[in-house]
Amino acid sequence: MVEFKKIVEVGRVVMITYGPDAGKLAVIVDIIDHARALIDGPTTNVARQAMSFKRLNITSMKVANLPRGASSPVVAKRVVDQKVVENFANTSFAKKLAARQARATLNDFDRFKLMIAKKQRRNIINREFAKLKKQN
Amino acid sequence: MAHSPRNSFLKPGIARKSRSKTYGLHALYKKNKAAIAAAKPEGPKTITKTVGGAKNGNTRVIPAVKAPRYYPAEDAPVPKANRKTVGTTTLRKSITPGTVLILLAGRFRGKRVVFLKQLSSGLLLVTGPYKVNGVPLRRVNQAYVVATSTKIELPAVAENIDDAFFQKKAEKKDAERVAAQKDVDDKILAVVKQTPLLKAYLNATFTLTKGQTVHNMKF
Repeated sequence: MVEFKKIVEVGRVVMITYGPDAGKLAVIVDIIDHARALIDGPTTNVARQAMSFKRLNITSMKVANLPRGASSPVVAKRVVDQKVVENFANTSFAKKLAARQARATLNDFDRFKLMIAKKQRRNIINREFAKLKKQN
Repeated sequence: MAHSPRNSFLKPGIARKSRSKTYGLHALYKKNKAAIAAAKPEGPKTITKTVGGAKNGNTRVIPAVKAPRYYPAEDAPVPKANRKTVGTTTLRKSITPGTVLILLAGRFRGKRVVFLKQLSSGLLLVTGPYKVNGVPLRRVNQAYVVATSTKIELPAVAENIDDAFFQKKAEKKDAERVAAQKDVDDKILAVVKQTPLLKAYLNATFTLTKGQTVHNMKF
């Protein structure tokens, strides 16, 4: 049995993937049933609301010491004190999103330059790989 | 026996050959176009004629053009005058002199070219430059072009090139075109070389690869 590392629990930081708040971070404050959670994001402009898990991506971040059903000011204080938003930028999920965003904003010339850079990288790797192959 | 039509339909309404292609096949460029006759100056409306007979007053004023003996019973319908005029083509905002364009149609499709200026016919004057990717000084319709956000600092080039430059003439004007191309190429290349990879970019053809959707891409 694989041990799950990201579980739905009070204090879990989630990213909203659908609707007007898509792309924003929020915190699970309470679990309503098997399909919905009460989320709140006072520092990220997300109103306290019930939301389906289908619209949420759970992240590796968790707000510690958050009691179940905590009020918005309490959530805000914990999020700010624990630097949740700042630390989120260092997670691999956030980096992947940022890379995707950067890729989407490239113009035609940038895409060409990227292609050249990838070619060069490939060239270096293949050369080193061939060297190692020869040694063994 | 009548031959089958040279220009068959791919689908009803969509001809196999374009308008310009049939123009070439019919060799219409060889035919002399009917010259419009210059308007003749209007003569006098009446003429004075001498008439015989002493009691007739010797002369008589008669209309120069005899009135027709027949009049239509009803007024003949007159076609309405066409008040439409050909407007000037507005250039897309994203296309300014120096913009790199991607050609979408014709034998140079997929090529990246530099936009020089808009001609009075509304067509875009572009060049590869010829030295970089083989696209000569050429006119293209802006509908068959993708404008990229890449621009080069265009020096003053091709100021005396107009639509007449591209007209088919009896005597070939190869030397003139070669000279114009060389002048434009040299000036643009000097600028292109200042940006790393820009020359290679212009040399490369544009293609879509897996997972690329045009409507989601930025140019």
